[in-house]
Amino acid sequence: MATLIDTPNIDDRDGFYQDLLAAHGGLDESQSHALNARLVLILANHIGNQQVLGEALDLAKNTGPA
Amino acid sequence: MPYTYQEFAYNTPPALRGEPDGPHQVAIIGAGPIGLAMAIDLAQRGVASVLLDDNNVVSVGSRAICWAKRSLEILDRLGVGERMVEKGVTWKLGRLYRGDAEVYNFDLLPEAGHQMPAFINLQQYYVEEYLIERCRQFPDLIDLRFKNKLEDLSQTGDGVRARFETPDGPYELEASYLIACDGANSTVRKSMGLEFAGTLFEERFLITDIVMKADFPSERRFWFEPPFHAGQSALLHKQPDDVYRIDLQLGWDADPEEERKPENVIPRIERMVGDRPFEIDWVSVYTFQCRRLERFVHDRVLFVGDSAHIVSPFGARGGNGGIQDLDNLGWKLAAVLDGSAGPQLLQSYDSERTYGADENILNSSRSTNFMSPKPGAESLFREAVLDLAAKAPFARLMVNSGRLSVPCVLDGSALNSADTSDLPAVSRPGASLPDAPLDGGWLLNRLGPDFTLLILNAEPRRVEGAQTVCVTADETMAERFLGAAEQAFYLVRPDQHVAARWTTFDAGAVAAALRKAKGF
Ligand SMILES: Cc1cc2nc3c(=O)[nH]c(=O)nc-3n(C[C@H](O)[C@H](O)[C@H](O)COP(=O)(O)OP(=O)(O)OC[C@H]3O[C@@H](n4cnc5c(N)ncnc54)[C@H](O)[C@@H]3O)c2cc1C
Repeated sequence: MATLIDTPNIDDRDGFYQDLLAAHGGLDESQSHALNARLVLILANHIGNQQVLGEALDLAKNTGPA
Repeated sequence: MPYTYQEFAYNTPPALRGEPDGPHQVAIIGAGPIGLAMAIDLAQRGVASVLLDDNNVVSVGSRAICWAKRSLEILDRLGVGERMVEKGVTWKLGRLYRGDAEVYNFDLLPEAGHQMPAFINLQQYYVEEYLIERCRQFPDLIDLRFKNKLEDLSQTGDGVRARFETPDGPYELEASYLIACDGANSTVRKSMGLEFAGTLFEERFLITDIVMKADFPSERRFWFEPPFHAGQSALLHKQPDDVYRIDLQLGWDADPEEERKPENVIPRIERMVGDRPFEIDWVSVYTFQCRRLERFVHDRVLFVGDSAHIVSPFGARGGNGGIQDLDNLGWKLAAVLDGSAGPQLLQSYDSERTYGADENILNSSRSTNFMSPKPGAESLFREAVLDLAAKAPFARLMVNSGRLSVPCVLDGSALNSADTSDLPAVSRPGASLPDAPLDGGWLLNRLGPDFTLLILNAEPRRVEGAQTVCVTADETMAERFLGAAEQAFYLVRPDQHVAARWTTFDAGAVAAALRKAKGF
């Protein structure tokens, strides 16, 4: 059974982080939100596995400011 | 106007003529599509009923138009399916647009080899008219009374006593069972004080039928943010007699009284249909709700159709859900009344059809949420899905303009026997038996009114309590019933749902499955 990978999994993590910020470059806040929403859907479809997606949702919900 | 309403005759009820009236086996309240079909199902099983309606005309305004394949199969069993298909507009393609660009289209019945089409569109008044005519073919079994309005009722322990108002005054009637088919505002439900819990969606839709000559295709067309109705959604369906159904989203702030006025409706439609001349046949403004009773069986009172559950209309799951209810209840009530099953069989109506209602409510709620996203994240993701849909195939399937009614698979029902075979999933226990061509006719038409043992590619057998149908499977049947197996045996319930199946014959197993399917 697949579970969410929450250990380091991207080789060039700094490079990805830079690409992510670059994708948002020049966007206003609402355009950024829209980009993120599309990205979430694209990545979710790629993952496909409902169990993994559920764990990802939980991790996101249970982090950040309370 | 395309349809002429006929007023059905009111006759003074027996009690008010000083004649005996009952006690009846079954009283059905409400002669809408569900009550009418319920009476026919029972009559075909030899069960007499008195069917009472407060009105004396068929549905005013078209209301339900989309009748799904499974409903047509059931209504065919009840004797009106072919007539409906003949009159109705057959369709199976849905097209989705954003603005004026097509996002994608879906085929609701991509495979051949079924008698009934994926959907027909046919005005509810025609369906009721055909059902009333069919009821008239059972003069000894269906006592249809117009202008008999249920006022209240009480349970007597072994039956129900109900009070009616008529043009000649009030009277009372007794029945062993009372079936509430009195619709969304059910008097039965209210007089029993039962809660109808659920959700109201803060959205309004203008729904109208117009008469117009146009060569629009026989397809369901749905627009998100069309140029003719800025920022909102629109739905177009073709019906017989040059009638088109148009649904226009208005938002929660719209004033229903104002929006209903012709001077406001006409310009909206003109923007949609261009300069074609049209006439408005019927118009209404709706707010959608998804609700259901917690239980559909309350001792001797049984709830069927909209009295038991209501959904927003975008999956056409209201009427089609109700048709599946009565299909489920008819044989069970007949069996309880003739003593071949115990009253506990009726509990399976409750569990199977509350399960079906939940499925319909879930799908209808999701569609309504997609169509009327709240500001904030809901709107954000709706936009994201629609934006992506132009490029990415996965997102097209996320676009939700209604998940159209499909037969409910009664997975997990207590009436099912365990499925130990490797046979195809489409025909697993709980599913309604898929149709297939057979000897120039259709498999479903060969099933008996009671239990059937369907034998594929094996020698005939006799079993107690079930009629047998022996067939040699062709390619289509093999795909639907055999998979890799050489032969198979399917025990099919009177409502055409599969109760059990095997790849080898075992008389004891068949007998046990039959008992289980009867609630023992
Ligand atoms: C705009 C719209 C579009 C729809 N489109 C579809 C669709 O495309 N496909 C679909 O499947 N469903 C659709 N539906 C839902 C569908 O119309 C209902 O699910 C269906 O009518 C339910 O049938 P029913 O017989 O349970 O109730 P109803 O049709 O409401 O019938 C109830 C009957 O009971 C009678 N009655 C009420 N109270 C009493 C009383 N006290 N005493 C005696 N009689 C009484 C009424 O006069 C009526 O005849 C739509 C609904 C609407 C409003």
